[in-house]
Amino acid sequence: MNRYPLWKYIVIVVALIIAIVYSVPNLFGEVPAIQIAPARSTLKLDPKLLEKVDSALKSADLLKSQLGYEDSSSEGVIRIRFNDTDSQLKAKDIIEKAINPDISNPDYIVALSLLSNTPKSLTSINALPMPLGLDLRGGVYFLLKVDMQGAIDKKLNALASDARGRLRDKTIRYQSIEKTNGKMTIKFANAEDAQKAKDLLIESIPDMSFQLEKLVEGSQLVGTFKPAAIKATQENALKQNIITLNKRVNELAVKEPVIQKQGIDRIVVQLPGVQDTARAKDIIGRTATLEARLADPVQPYIGLQDNPPLGMDAFKFGDRQGVFKKSIIITGDRIIDASAGFDQNQRPSVNLTLDAAGGRAMQEMTRENLQKPMGMILFEKGKGEVLTIATIQGEFSSKFQITGQPTTQSANDLALLLRAGSLAAPMEIIEERTIGPSLGAENIEKGFKSLIYGFTAIAIFMIVYYMMFGLFSVLALAVNLLLLISVLSMLQATLSLPGIAAMALALGMAIDSNVLINERIREELRQGVGPQLAISTGFEKAWATIFDSNVTTLIAGLALLAFGSGPIKGFAIVHCLGILTSMFSAVFFSRGLVNLWYGAKKKLQSVSIG
Amino acid sequence: MEFFRIKKDIPFMRNALVLNAISFITFIAAVFFLFHKGLNLSIEFTGGTVIEVQYEQTAELENIRNSLAGLGYGEVNVQNFGSSRDVMIRLPLIKNPDGSIMSSADQSSSVMGKLKEAQSQVKLQRVEYVGPQVGEELLYGGIKALLFVVVGIVIYLSIRFEWKFALAGIIANLHDVVIILGFFAFFQWEFSLSVLAAVLAVLGYSVNESVVIFDRIRENFRRFRKLNTPDIIDSAITSTISRTIITHGSTQMMVLAMLLFGGATLHYFAVALTIGILFGIYSSVFVAAAIAMWLGVQREDLIKQDSKANKDQAKTEDPNFGAQV
Repeated sequence: MNRYPLWKYIVIVVALIIAIVYSVPNLFGEVPAIQIAPARSTLKLDPKLLEKVDSALKSADLLKSQLGYEDSSSEGVIRIRFNDTDSQLKAKDIIEKAINPDISNPDYIVALSLLSNTPKSLTSINALPMPLGLDLRGGVYFLLKVDMQGAIDKKLNALASDARGRLRDKTIRYQSIEKTNGKMTIKFANAEDAQKAKDLLIESIPDMSFQLEKLVEGSQLVGTFKPAAIKATQENALKQNIITLNKRVNELAVKEPVIQKQGIDRIVVQLPGVQDTARAKDIIGRTATLEARLADPVQPYIGLQDNPPLGMDAFKFGDRQGVFKKSIIITGDRIIDASAGFDQNQRPSVNLTLDAAGGRAMQEMTRENLQKPMGMILFEKGKGEVLTIATIQGEFSSKFQITGQPTTQSANDLALLLRAGSLAAPMEIIEERTIGPSLGAENIEKGFKSLIYGFTAIAIFMIVYYMMFGLFSVLALAVNLLLLISVLSMLQATLSLPGIAAMALALGMAIDSNVLINERIREELRQGVGPQLAISTGFEKAWATIFDSNVTTLIAGLALLAFGSGPIKGFAIVHCLGILTSMFSAVFFSRGLVNLWYGAKKKLQSVSIG
Repeated sequence: MEFFRIKKDIPFMRNALVLNAISFITFIAAVFFLFHKGLNLSIEFTGGTVIEVQYEQTAELENIRNSLAGLGYGEVNVQNFGSSRDVMIRLPLIKNPDGSIMSSADQSSSVMGKLKEAQSQVKLQRVEYVGPQVGEELLYGGIKALLFVVVGIVIYLSIRFEWKFALAGIIANLHDVVIILGFFAFFQWEFSLSVLAAVLAVLGYSVNESVVIFDRIRENFRRFRKLNTPDIIDSAITSTISRTIITHGSTQMMVLAMLLFGGATLHYFAVALTIGILFGIYSSVFVAAAIAMWLGVQREDLIKQDSKANKDQAKTEDPNFGAQV
């Protein structure tokens, strides 16, 4: 009766093999590495750079254990592994010299980092170590809230100026346009104009719905955002802010930054290893500014070493400099949207939309400066870099195109850079956690120490108290830990200190199931039931209680998962998974062990259960 | 080896009044301290900034307090944390002159500036800032989670047994929760998110002990048709007490390891679990069963349900049907 069919043993063996394969990567540790990222948003990593690095390392005779080119996110990051910290440090100096001709103004950021040493055969099947949370390796965590009202207001401004222009174009007379509480109210002297305006605007501004209202004198048209448009605006604002943050964080040369949206208006930024919060905060909160200026019509380009003429500014533009007048036409915050597209001749172009004030400034300027060059300059860290210089072909205001981009890709890049000039909506930091690296190491050590000591204490007690069955229970508990670690690694759940605590607690609670089984078997034996029958009824009768206890614990775990946040979520995930894995290990697996040991013995006289 | 080999049923229910009086007094005391002293909520709930710094030698708290008083941040709490070299500084939310909330980076950098002025080798270990909005959300999230657990468990126990047991079980275990909170209020230990997690985890965990006893009560109702309710409950508790203590004891071993080796971060988490586990044994065994008795559980409540289940043919589908533990 205490026999498993073969397939059950196969299930156990397969589960164990998978569990071992997926938990093993956590043992490999990390190797020193060097990470190269572009210092400015205008630079990209290309294979040529890789060759440069390669030859520099070869000439220095540095044994490199691996060279890999990774294109992570929009910007690529090159990561190179090294055997030891010594060669890593040496290589850093050599690489820096090779790819940054001007050290005071580096093109690329070369940073030391650590990479997981898991063999390729494991990483290729996605067997990766659990990422460590900030509380275990030190770093900075920010929770930012995007001011969605700000984004909506910005959009409303743009639409109002759009409406104004369209009404003017069609010579529909209106008295005023007001913007209040996310609504646009246009007043008309008579109902006829209002009706005409309504027909026009419904067609041309699909983001809003318009309502005609009769007033004592004349009528008014009230435009409100469609829910879908609000959602789209918010999503765009969030997306754009995340893109901007990504670019800024790249600058910090952090090992593995995490920038994620959370909910509808929040962004989580995690910067492992960053110690200087003030600087990190400064960079995250900084606004890169974009300026549109007129270029020098006489000599728009000069060499890199040349000085600009009197009363002009020069900024880097590829391998030369662009010369600009000092006065600014518009700044980046006037830009509502920039997107890549095609002009009427099917050439790649960037389509820009400015707000009303920007449009007016642009119109005045273009009227007077036809056929003259104009440029866009992006300022980051106080240094300007020219994005584009184009000739003004005609008078335009709030909507225009920039052509002259050789490819669609470069048009896309330019659009991205123009957008990145400003955040879509202001953000504020609403939560921050900083943990020093030594504290992180201490946390990990203390967490695992308590896990190991607790496990050992339970193991000794179980074996002394329940003898052979105690040993089975301890083995089941070890399997539980193995399963839990492997499932967490498969899910790539971030391991934090609360997670380790949950792991310890899960083991402490999982042993309950085995205690229940063992006690029940003992009870049956005391009542004079034969050993084989006692084992089988013991397992059967304990199952109901184990199930109950796990359901109530799971209810608590799910509540924490649903309503908890941050560190509590990490705790809850491990807690819930621990309950599920314990069902397998404590009941299914330990029964398998018992069956294997005692099941085949036909004339079993006694069992070792203390 | 066996710790408990009890031959005769222990008359728990005869002393139910005394046992419940004890827990009632503890409960009242806990409620009193909760209202009188209040919980020492961590900044996760109240909003504010915590800065942890480490000195090379023993930190002089008085000097630190004095130098920080100059910043005009109001109530600054400075205390040792873990060792004499580690100092934890708690700052309330501070408003800028223009009414906006001062950012954490500004706050921590000015604090660090002051501390470095006094002693240059101070090291920043940890900064935690929680804005007022997030704090409020975490607090409501915590309350919601507690309600979810209570309702979930009541529903589960009602399905599994019947409402009298569900009510008795949840009262007994909520009484544990209030007592844990009472301890935290009395000693003014810091009540943080991880303590809340511990409280909820232990709530789900110790309800299970009530389930074990209720299960046995139901079984006894079936087996001993002549015994009265208190005797049946006595017998049920006596036969499960060994297991109750060993399961809780082994869980407590793990928690003890966290308490001893887990360091300052896990300290109050483990403390809350310890109190919860100890009172969990007590309340599951003595309080829950007694309340169920006073609510008037009788044989018919449980047996009738079974006969109905038989008719419904639910017997084969219910994995717990006729479970005996």
